[in-house]
Amino acid sequence: MNPEEITLKIKNFAGQYVNTDNIEADTDLFASGMVNSLFAMQLVLFVEKEFGIKVENEDLDIDNFKSLDAIHLFIQRKLPVAS
Amino acid sequence: MDMELNADQISARQAFRQFVEQHVIPTAAKCDALRETPPELIESLAREGYLGALVPKEYGGEGMDGLKWGLLCEAMGYGSASLLSLLTVHSMVIQAVLKWGTQAQREKWLPPLASGKIIAGFALTENKTGSDAKNTKTSARQQDDGTWLLQGNKKWMSFGQVASLFLILAQIDGKATAFLVERGSRGFSTEPITGMMGFRSAMLAQLHMDDCLVPAENILGRPGFGFSHVIGTALDQGRYSIAWGCAGLARACVDACLDYTDQREQFGVPIREHQLIQEMIADMITQSRAAQMLCFRAASLKEQGDPSLIMETSMAKYFASRAAVKIASDAVQIHGANGCSNQFPVERHFRDAKIMEIIEGSNQMQQIIIARYGYQRHQIKKKGGGNP
Repeated sequence: MNPEEITLKIKNFAGQYVNTDNIEADTDLFASGMVNSLFAMQLVLFVEKEFGIKVENEDLDIDNFKSLDAIHLFIQRKLPVAS
Repeated sequence: MDMELNADQISARQAFRQFVEQHVIPTAAKCDALRETPPELIESLAREGYLGALVPKEYGGEGMDGLKWGLLCEAMGYGSASLLSLLTVHSMVIQAVLKWGTQAQREKWLPPLASGKIIAGFALTENKTGSDAKNTKTSARQQDDGTWLLQGNKKWMSFGQVASLFLILAQIDGKATAFLVERGSRGFSTEPITGMMGFRSAMLAQLHMDDCLVPAENILGRPGFGFSHVIGTALDQGRYSIAWGCAGLARACVDACLDYTDQREQFGVPIREHQLIQEMIADMITQSRAAQMLCFRAASLKEQGDPSLIMETSMAKYFASRAAVKIASDAVQIHGANGCSNQFPVERHFRDAKIMEIIEGSNQMQQIIIARYGYQRHQIKKKGGGNP
């Protein structure tokens, strides 16, 4: 999967919960209060279902999830392992 | 979405309902009156593999899928909401350990949780902190040797009187963190809660932690992720179980009323002949069926691991618990004075149903997040994102 496809999938997912037109790719979704407490687990389910990645204990680092860019990098890092 | 059960699922549902008929219903009223669940009843759940239903077979469980688990909760809700709450809290902790535990934690805790050697409790709510769980006051501080000292109190823990392992949310310098705390830990104690309206045999307790000593390896997940991920996983499991349990409670009330209205005579005919009774029965059946459908929808999404599972489960829990309260209320009404007596099970169902609207996220919290979700989806639709 190329980076553009990953970006599109992330934006489409995040757009269900926040207005992605108004946020930068590096905006901290959690610190900005844009998402509610359920978003964290919705994000986990999205990453696992869409990319076949298992999010586990050692992945619990805010730097993996805090922004659209961070999510992208996390997926890219995990994808080779998954494949 | 396929709502038809296959032969295996029908067989499982039959087994669950048979167990409830034989072991739960005959004792439910007595348990309610005595405010306790006898150990042998919990042992019977363990023997059937119900306590370890969601634990993968590699850890000694049944590896049951989400739909079968829902059918089990539905059957249990039919017989006893209190016993349903045992399955609920036990499974919440199992799911949290399964999802966020380290390999060592899974190997240590899942086998005894599956066998029922350990009963798990879930500890989030405090005396002054309910829905605003992020502001939990229980704190944890680390000692030089890496161990943790927990300080605080938790309230309203189902089966807190008998559980021997608790999933507890505490703050580490403002970072919400989940801990696994054993009953025998130094500085840990429980205190029974009495005087409950419903869930009377759920053996509720308060937990007290006075510099409660917890090993370093008993953090579940990572500091800062205790609420969003660990507790989030548990609560989603809890809402799912409660939604199905409410569908079962509602079905119990419908069945009770179908029997009662057939036997009870007024004005020379069974009261089923009276149209105002028929109106209530029709609404009860329809609401009950609608609750089941939302549960099936959540089960389908659970199998797919779809992100919308969380919102759809919230809707199922919200609707099913409201339906349970309305149906149980109408069931009491249909039973008249008999419905106000503990000689008829609808009296207990009515008291228990109200609790369902409060636990695992009050219905007002569900309404807030469902409404926000609706507005967001509407915005997507207006931007041309299809018809979500």
